[in-house]
Formats: sequence, structure tokens, C-alpha cells
Amino acid sequence: MSQDTATERAPEIEPTPPQIVPPPGRVGSRNPVVRWFRDPWRKPHLLATVTWVYLVWSILPVAIAIALSFNAGRSNAVWQGFSLQWWFGHPSIAPEGSLFVNPELHAALIQSLRLSFMTMILAVPLGVAFAIGIDRWHGPAPAGANFLMLFSFVMPEIIIGISMFMVFTFLLKFIQLGTTAQILALVTYQASYPVIIVRARLLSIGREYEEAAMDLGASPTRAVWRVLIPLLYPAILASFVLVFADTIDDFITVRYLSGGANTEPLSVKIYNFTRGTPTPAINAAATFMLFSTTLIALVGFWLYRRITRGQKVEGVADMLG
Amino acid sequence: MLVLFLLPFYVVVSIAFGTVDPIFQSPLPVYEPWWWTAKYLTEEWHFVTGEFVPVEIRTLVYVVIASALCLVLAYAVAYYVARYGGKRKGLFLGLLVAPFFISYLMRMLSWVELLQPAGYVNKLLQFMHLTPHPINWLAGVPFTVVMGLVYGYIPYMILPLFGFLDRVDSSLLEAGRDLGASPVRTFLRVTLPLSKPAILASLVIVTLPMFGDYYTNNLLSGSPKTTMFGNLLDNAMESTGQGPQAAVLVLFLTFFLLIPMLYYMRETARAAGER
Repeated sequence: MSQDTATERAPEIEPTPPQIVPPPGRVGSRNPVVRWFRDPWRKPHLLATVTWVYLVWSILPVAIAIALSFNAGRSNAVWQGFSLQWWFGHPSIAPEGSLFVNPELHAALIQSLRLSFMTMILAVPLGVAFAIGIDRWHGPAPAGANFLMLFSFVMPEIIIGISMFMVFTFLLKFIQLGTTAQILALVTYQASYPVIIVRARLLSIGREYEEAAMDLGASPTRAVWRVLIPLLYPAILASFVLVFADTIDDFITVRYLSGGANTEPLSVKIYNFTRGTPTPAINAAATFMLFSTTLIALVGFWLYRRITRGQKVEGVADMLG
Repeated sequence: MLVLFLLPFYVVVSIAFGTVDPIFQSPLPVYEPWWWTAKYLTEEWHFVTGEFVPVEIRTLVYVVIASALCLVLAYAVAYYVARYGGKRKGLFLGLLVAPFFISYLMRMLSWVELLQPAGYVNKLLQFMHLTPHPINWLAGVPFTVVMGLVYGYIPYMILPLFGFLDRVDSSLLEAGRDLGASPVRTFLRVTLPLSKPAILASLVIVTLPMFGDYYTNNLLSGSPKTTMFGNLLDNAMESTGQGPQAAVLVLFLTFFLLIPMLYYMRETARAAGER
């Protein structure tokens, strides 16, 4: 979709230099600066500068933080040489603890991955089922449910976190704060991603394929499994990637619902340490999270390309919903 | 699913209208509406309309400034990439999407490291002789907090704006130019009115989470001079005996944000219906 528009606009992006003499009243000022400013064909230098400055501003601090995770000294402000001690360092070398050896950080890392995988495995099928349900079943109930899905997109997460905390401490007391409560809350919150992405895909697919399958003798269940689900693979894949990336980064809901320090994932540790005295091990932890989301995104993209081979490839923006 | 969304809300209401255990100071929610009491509600409401007012005003000011800065910057970037991206559009888009895959915490952590007294920002300022000694940016400077908010939320604004501006039919702009309008005028009279729904939607996406944001503030300042509404919520959660307060504050924030939220959801539903 975005590709056609890009090709259509190609001649407009590279404008031909002016062939006509500009009318004297508007452009032909004596002052060269005014003249330059009024020239309608000039390149948008100001906008280009703003864009590049923005991009540098948005990426550079993170790049510096990643570099500092390989710092040789214990400072997280100034570069002191290269070392891997904050990643793999044994306690005898890195007494403050490294990401993969320090028991606290190591446990948090496992907890992060555990929460993300469980949420991904639970939330995506639930969301897909929900999306198909909303789409194929008409009436006021699905419309209301759809409305509620959008809520979690614009609702500040702290509200969701506090409400969930209150549910698990006052109402559903049999569920202890900790991993179970965290996963339940995350699934509730994250299931809206697959719902919204899959619904968008369902709208563009239409009902024809399913009806054709049923005309050819498939039962409705079989039509969904053999026809609809394969058509939805790209959307499901995108949901897996997004849910994983968002869950591993989540710390608001998870922090309120962690019963104690032993169920705090890496994100919460980073938050706690940043407020205290962070060492480059925290940078290593944050970089590790970045690596894992990037890895999942790359795997997702690779699978996506394999599945959609032969189909028209949609843009990244479509993948993000 | 519906239950999972409505249940938490009901519990919060029950706690707000409930009572407090006299010995342990822990809230005792009252689930039967006919036993609801407004005692703690009114007690906490006094805070909302009294002691917390400066914080509420500060939150509003910060959020408005940060959203406005976000909008101006995001619009410029989205406009440039959508209209003049050319062959580099893919690269630009990749760089604009990158912050989505970097954890919010990491992006704040990197600023904490840059802005600390021994950090690179102060080094640069001293190197350029702009300041004689390091400035402690992290000790409750409003500028730092607003900058952090802009930095944190702007990616969520650029992408929807880009998605819209990329779809604007360039023949409309050419028509404006052909009819004799200057570039500025074409922009003001054609592009800007066209993108109004996108602007409003992206403003909602960015502004609402800012109202509940406490972490940006805690990481980049942590000083009571820059406390925002989200911090009040977080503080109430972290101290014992403040359960009803947290519940009342949650209700207050929810109702305050309900109108823009409903607006956004209606617009989204309508856009989906048109497709």
C-alpha cells in the first residue's frame, strides 16, 4: 500500500529545476536571502536539518549507553576503556556484579524472559480468538468489547497497574502477588495488541475465502483453521513480536504486582538501580533487553518474509498497526 | 475479557467508597454498593482539591508544554520524511521505528548518564565555556523533566502523523500551488486542515500517558519541586495505609481523562468503519 504511493510521488520528490522565469513581484527580490527564502523550488533545508538533528538526538544517547556497558571502569558517565566485565565478569573481577553472573541480575533476567514468553503464548491466541469473535459475531456485545480494547491503548498504564494490584490483594486473594499475578495482569493488558492487529487484517481479508471454503464442504471450524488462520499468519506474527517486546520492557504493572525482590524482572531492577547508583551492569542489562527485542523482531520479520513470499509485502508501519 | 477489564475498576470504586481497617491501616473494600460510605472519599477529596492543587497545575503545565513541543517537532519530522524522504524513506522509517524497540527505561537511563554532573552534557558545556562548573541537571530541574517527557513520547506521535501525511494526495497540494498559493499558504490552508484528525489523535496518544507518568520524573529529577500527578499515585501505592487515597486518585485521573479518551475511541471506531 505504501509502496504504490511512494512510486506515484517519485517525480514530485525530485523536483526539476525551474524552467520558467519567476514572476518579478513575488520571487525576484533584490535581497538574496529573501530571494532564496521565497524560491518555491528550493530544497527544504530547515526541515531536513530538524529531521537529522531529531534523529541524532533520539539515537545517540542510547548508543552511548550501549557503549558504556562495555566500560572498563565502574563509571557510567565517562568511557574508561573496553571490557566485558559487566557482562560476564566473575565476582573476583567485578565485585559489583555482572549481568550473567550476579545472582540477583541473573534471576531477574530469567524472570523477564519467563514473563515475556508466558504472556506471549497466552495473550496472542486469546487475542486472535477474541478478534475473530468480534469480527464474525455482530451485535452490541462485540462493539462494547472492541471499545474496551482501545481503552488500554490510551489509558495511562499506572491506572491499570494499581487496579490490578488492588484486585489481587483484596479480591482474588488466593492468587499471590508474584509471577502468576504478573502474567495474568500482563495478558489482560497485552491481549489488545493482537486484537487490534488481527482485526485490521480481518477487515482487509473479508469473508469471501471462508465462505468459499464452506461452500466447498468445510465445516465452519475447519474453514477457520484451514483458511482463515493461515491468512492471518502475518498479523499473528506481528502480534507475537509486539507483545514480547512490550512485555519485556514493561515495568509499571509488573513492579506493583511483584510480591518481592525475587520476582522482579530486569526492567524493574533497571528502574530501581537507576534511581540509586547504577553501575555499567545496568547498561548491560538494558542492552541485553534491547538485543532480545531486536532478535525477536528480526526472527519475526524473517518468518514474515517467508510466509508472505509471493504476496505483496506490506510496510513496517502496517506491521506496527 | 470484559470481566477482566471491568472487575478492577469495580474494586477500585469499592476501595474508594470503602473503609479502612482501624488496626492495620489497610483498606477494607466494601463490595455492596448499599454499604458504601463516602467518608474516606470526601477525606481524600480534600487533598485533591486542596493540598494537591499545585501538583495538578504543575502536571497540566508540564504536559501542555511537552505535548506542544512534541507536536511541533513531530510534525516537522513526519512532514519532511513523508514528502521529501525520497529514496531514503526506508532508512528514515527504520530510524523512526527504532525507539519502539528500545525500552523506555533504557532511553531514560541513557539521559540520566548523560546529564549527571560528571556526564557528557556537562563536559560539553564546560568545553564550550558555557558554564564554569557542572550543572546538576538531575536535581529537580523542570527543563530536564519536560525534555524527558518529549524524548520519551515523541516517537508515538511521529509515526501516526507520518502514516497520515504519507497518504495525503500530493495532487491536492499541487492544485493549491497551481491556483497561486504560496508554499506557506498551501501548507496552512490545505495540509494543516487535512491533518487535523491525525493531529488530534496523536495528541491524545501522547498526552494521556503523560498524565500518569511518574517514572520519567522519578528518574530524571526525583525532587519534590517537580512532582507530577503520577508521582502522587505512585507514592500513595508505596506507603501503607494510603490504599483509599490511591483509589480516589485513580478515579479522579480516570474521569479527568475520560473525555479525550472517549473522543479518541470514537474517532478510531469511525475510521475503522469507513475502511
